[in-house]
Amino acid sequence: MSWITARRRHPAAGYAILLLGLLLVGAVYAAVVGGGTAASAAPPTAANQAQVTAGRTVFLQDCTTCHGFAAQGTGAAPSLIGVGSAAVDFQVSTGRMPLKESDAEAGRKPPQLNTAQTHAVAAYIASLGGGPAIPSAAEVNTSGANVGVGQKLFVTNCAQCHNFVGAGGALTYGKYAPPLTKSTSTQMYEAMLTGPEAMPVFNDTTITPDQKRDVIAYVTTTRVQANPGGFSLGRIGPVTEGLVAFLGLLLFMVLAALWITAKHGKTSHE
Amino acid sequence: MSTNRALEGVGTWLDDRLHGARGVRVLLRKVFPDHWTFLLGEIALYSFIILLLTGTFLTLFFEPSMSKVIYHGSYTNLDGVSMSRAYASTLNISFDVRGGLLMRQIHHWAADLFMAAIMAHMIRIFFTGAYRKPREVNWLIGIILFTLGLLEGLFGYSLPDDLLSGAGLRILEGVLQSIPIVGTYLAFFLFGGPFPGNDIVPRMYMLHILLIPGLILALVTAHLFIMVFQKHTQMPGKGRTNTNVVGQPMYPYFMAKTGAFFFFTFGILALAGAFAQINPVWLYGPYNPVAMAAGSQPDFYMGMLEGALRVFPAWQWVVFGHTFAFNVFIPALLPLGALFTGAAFWPFIEQWVTGDRLEHHVNDRPRNAPTRTAIGIAVITFYGVLWAEGANDILAEHFDISLYLTTEIARIAWIVGPVIAYIVTKRICLGLQLKDVHLLEHGVETGIIRQLPSGEFIEETRPVDEESRAVLESRPHYESLPRGAGADPEVPAPGMRGAIGKARERLYNVITESVPLPASGHANGHGNGHAIEGNGHSVEDNGHGEQAPAAVPSGSGQSGDAPDDERPDQP
Amino acid sequence: MADLAAAGEPGQGAGRPDGPQAPHRVIGTPAPAASRTMLAGEPEVAAAPRELPADPEDMDSARRAERVVAACFIIAMLAGLGFIAAYVIFQVHTVNNTLHSNLALGVTMAVTFIAMGVGATIWVRRLMPDVELTEERHPLASTPENKAAFAETFEEGAEASQFVKRPLIRRTLIAATVPVALAPIVLLRDLGPLPEKSLDHTVWKKGTRLVVYGTNRPLTPADFSSPGGSLSVIPEGFADNDDALAKAATTLIKFRPGELQAPTVMNWTVDGIVAYSKICTHLGCPAALYEQTTHHILCPCHQSTFDAARGAQVLFGPATRPLPQLPLTTNAQGFLVAQSDYHEPVGPSFWERS
Repeated sequence: MSWITARRRHPAAGYAILLLGLLLVGAVYAAVVGGGTAASAAPPTAANQAQVTAGRTVFLQDCTTCHGFAAQGTGAAPSLIGVGSAAVDFQVSTGRMPLKESDAEAGRKPPQLNTAQTHAVAAYIASLGGGPAIPSAAEVNTSGANVGVGQKLFVTNCAQCHNFVGAGGALTYGKYAPPLTKSTSTQMYEAMLTGPEAMPVFNDTTITPDQKRDVIAYVTTTRVQANPGGFSLGRIGPVTEGLVAFLGLLLFMVLAALWITAKHGKTSHE
Repeated sequence: MSTNRALEGVGTWLDDRLHGARGVRVLLRKVFPDHWTFLLGEIALYSFIILLLTGTFLTLFFEPSMSKVIYHGSYTNLDGVSMSRAYASTLNISFDVRGGLLMRQIHHWAADLFMAAIMAHMIRIFFTGAYRKPREVNWLIGIILFTLGLLEGLFGYSLPDDLLSGAGLRILEGVLQSIPIVGTYLAFFLFGGPFPGNDIVPRMYMLHILLIPGLILALVTAHLFIMVFQKHTQMPGKGRTNTNVVGQPMYPYFMAKTGAFFFFTFGILALAGAFAQINPVWLYGPYNPVAMAAGSQPDFYMGMLEGALRVFPAWQWVVFGHTFAFNVFIPALLPLGALFTGAAFWPFIEQWVTGDRLEHHVNDRPRNAPTRTAIGIAVITFYGVLWAEGANDILAEHFDISLYLTTEIARIAWIVGPVIAYIVTKRICLGLQLKDVHLLEHGVETGIIRQLPSGEFIEETRPVDEESRAVLESRPHYESLPRGAGADPEVPAPGMRGAIGKARERLYNVITESVPLPASGHANGHGNGHAIEGNGHSVEDNGHGEQAPAAVPSGSGQSGDAPDDERPDQP
Repeated sequence: MADLAAAGEPGQGAGRPDGPQAPHRVIGTPAPAASRTMLAGEPEVAAAPRELPADPEDMDSARRAERVVAACFIIAMLAGLGFIAAYVIFQVHTVNNTLHSNLALGVTMAVTFIAMGVGATIWVRRLMPDVELTEERHPLASTPENKAAFAETFEEGAEASQFVKRPLIRRTLIAATVPVALAPIVLLRDLGPLPEKSLDHTVWKKGTRLVVYGTNRPLTPADFSSPGGSLSVIPEGFADNDDALAKAATTLIKFRPGELQAPTVMNWTVDGIVAYSKICTHLGCPAALYEQTTHHILCPCHQSTFDAARGAQVLFGPATRPLPQLPLTTNAQGFLVAQSDYHEPVGPSFWERS
């Protein structure tokens, strides 16, 4: 303790306290703000009446307030007639639905309904008006996919919102294209197929299932790929690189300069 | 001892042919003042050397060609993809040449550090007034080096022909195209036809490895030569006058220190090359003109231009079948152009306003030139607002700010920010000057509390020690403005006439505004914040050796009473 | 001697007051070492007193410092050898191998250099004497005698050359050099073709099929029937022609009935499918960030925003012109084709654009 008090008037004391305070705040923030978990999405068995009925129960509990009793939509939410089980599975398995709070955009959260419930309510919605179905396991199996083609399609149709590797990007009025780090292959397939929220629709006759698998393969292989150059710095490009250049490199050089030019060998007073 | 003999032998051999003994000795004994801010320029210098070394390595493997090739190299994600040879060779360097990725990364980090160091160095020169006579030429050379560095970096990161830098080239082409009258011709001549063409990468390659580095090398040599010849400036302090340099000699002290600094520069860049991924072109993919990615930014030193392009409103004028694309060529040319032009003219403007024609070899403390410092911070704020706007979509996404709001804020902040910065900085400087004056007048608190017989407690103070006094009392010396000549004081002197003369007078008052140093002869030592016009300062001890009326102890053993330009030239 | 000793000894510098410290010293300001102003024996150079540590105490700390410096240099040497070893050991050719190789090479290189830097710094700071020299400056302006001599020499030469006296030579000399000076500029003419009208057109023609970029599949309206769909398409046959694509890239968007409004040209749409140029009219970035809920097309470069339901009019941002609309129709086989080229130049504005 006296070691600290003896140095309380050290020229660097103020900086040390500031640094300590920043570290403390950062640690608390990191501990408090948790990440979500990815929702698993096992492909459903063929919809049967039991599932539809169970789904209707879930729907009445969690969805009618905004979507209406017949899923016809209200002022608060769009109609779900014809959106298909794929859309429901996407929204629910990513935790976006049931919507917790109204914001510019529904973001990914820990899912509130488990897989069985999700598939049930998806089957129920599908029973109301059809629409794209949840893709099967085979449909999202990316083995044998052509990553090169996927790269080309991704960078032409997806990167302008989601960034080069799917790290996310800003849209207008507070909306954003989310990062794809946690999306499962099924969720990505469903998103392309159904165009959730502001995302456009890429149906199977424009981007065929094969091509969708290529795109998914590109995203999944790239996001697990090691960064051979070191820390990725977020993979968002020169902005973070510039930050590192100033706060890392230049700062280090300034500290080195301070050391080199300081007077007095043993007890340096800088 | 044979080493000594060997050295002697070599030395004599050279000396017999090159007559170096006396000249080299002078060089070896050259005195370099010591302050950490004096090393900022060295960061840039050593980064440049490292750029040359790593760049040479890269030229051994890079193919500056836009001909297409189908990739079948080690980066399997892009197997079968059609790309330019430039891009393919960059992938080759990264994944198939040992040390290739390291050299690429060190090269790019060194470029970033080079530009950051130039900015820091330029800012230091500005705030300490080191651009004043006789160093105006070096200041101008520095601005040219900054511009060349910008171009060099732009061309360098565009060489791999990846999606990110290709988008930047597209923007460059659009900017050129928008220039009235000659725009389309400039664009077609640079790109050898319509965008993207096949010529831009080989042409940039020539510029990047031959022309611009040659110019930079020549100018850096001139920059250093002038600096050595004129001798470096020094910070104010005891024994430091305008007619001497105090520090350590080149050999062996400064050589060792600067050598150590070079190693540190190379070391931290190698560390960055090992641990911090930069420009991962394999993630961006080869350039194709149909694709685009969110969060596309140029390297940070181009960020201000990017921000200017984003912030500008949609103004254009179509008249008589021709378009004035104000929304493009104004933000592309005006902000940065005005900044560099203003910077280039600044030493001469300051000279004109203050009438200061003396040599300055002692740096100013920024607080002692409040207006200059405030202007500098205002300009930095202006630059910073546009720089931040250049990353507005990344900021919007990561800090949850509405995208359009960032632009709308920048549209106001680019002018409001600098104004506020100027006012605040000026007040801070004057406040710091007040604090200095307080120290000089009242001394330093010792922390020793004494109780007077009357029961009152006082804290003992002691006068500031000599070294600190020398620093606290150093002030820029401002000549008074020329007064009317002859008998009639109403007739203004030449140079003070008319509207320009009045403007000059007002500017003079603003630029020389300062808290005056304490001295006897003034009833109130506590400044009211304004210098008395035409009187300069009653106390100056910045090396002219003039003694103040009140015997403020100046540095001991000062020589030379005459102002600099009349100093007799005698041994 | 005491003075010298005080100056040479690390710790208390000469002239530094004891007790409570002086005002907070600016970091890096030279601390008060005894300044040795030498009498100006030789105007250029001052002699430095030889001052190496003499006290046993100093010798000890010097020896310690020497060992530290030596250790740093040995570390540097080992790291340097490590670099060479890493180069031989670590292969590349895969992403993970490259990661390891890069790390090994980079770390060894960094350790080498930083160790040398640390060693050199300690060497200077602890082992070299704490010397401060004063060197006198010369006035930079030359002496009047030198200036006069220069002027004289210059004038003599000017007289001898008769440059001033013989205007005919002078003028013809200038006339001779002017064309040669202009020659380098003239030589740049063939850098590229003249733009002429090439910026006014793209490769789209009547009947050119729209194909999906990246797969080259042609499209029928039935293929592209999901409302809210958006796609990047190119003219058939030009997939490898970057020059053509840089202007011809097009965005296809599918709207529900009734959503498309003026000033979208309805004759140029098919079944609610509308085609706009993908090349942003601000600076040419592909502008294809499409929000289906707001039907805004946002260009990610500088945030120019276009309303796709209303003829791609500009809503925000620096772009001044709407995205040109490509006239669409279907051909005999039912595929989407262009009716003609764009009716106005695509991409950024230029001088000749009316």
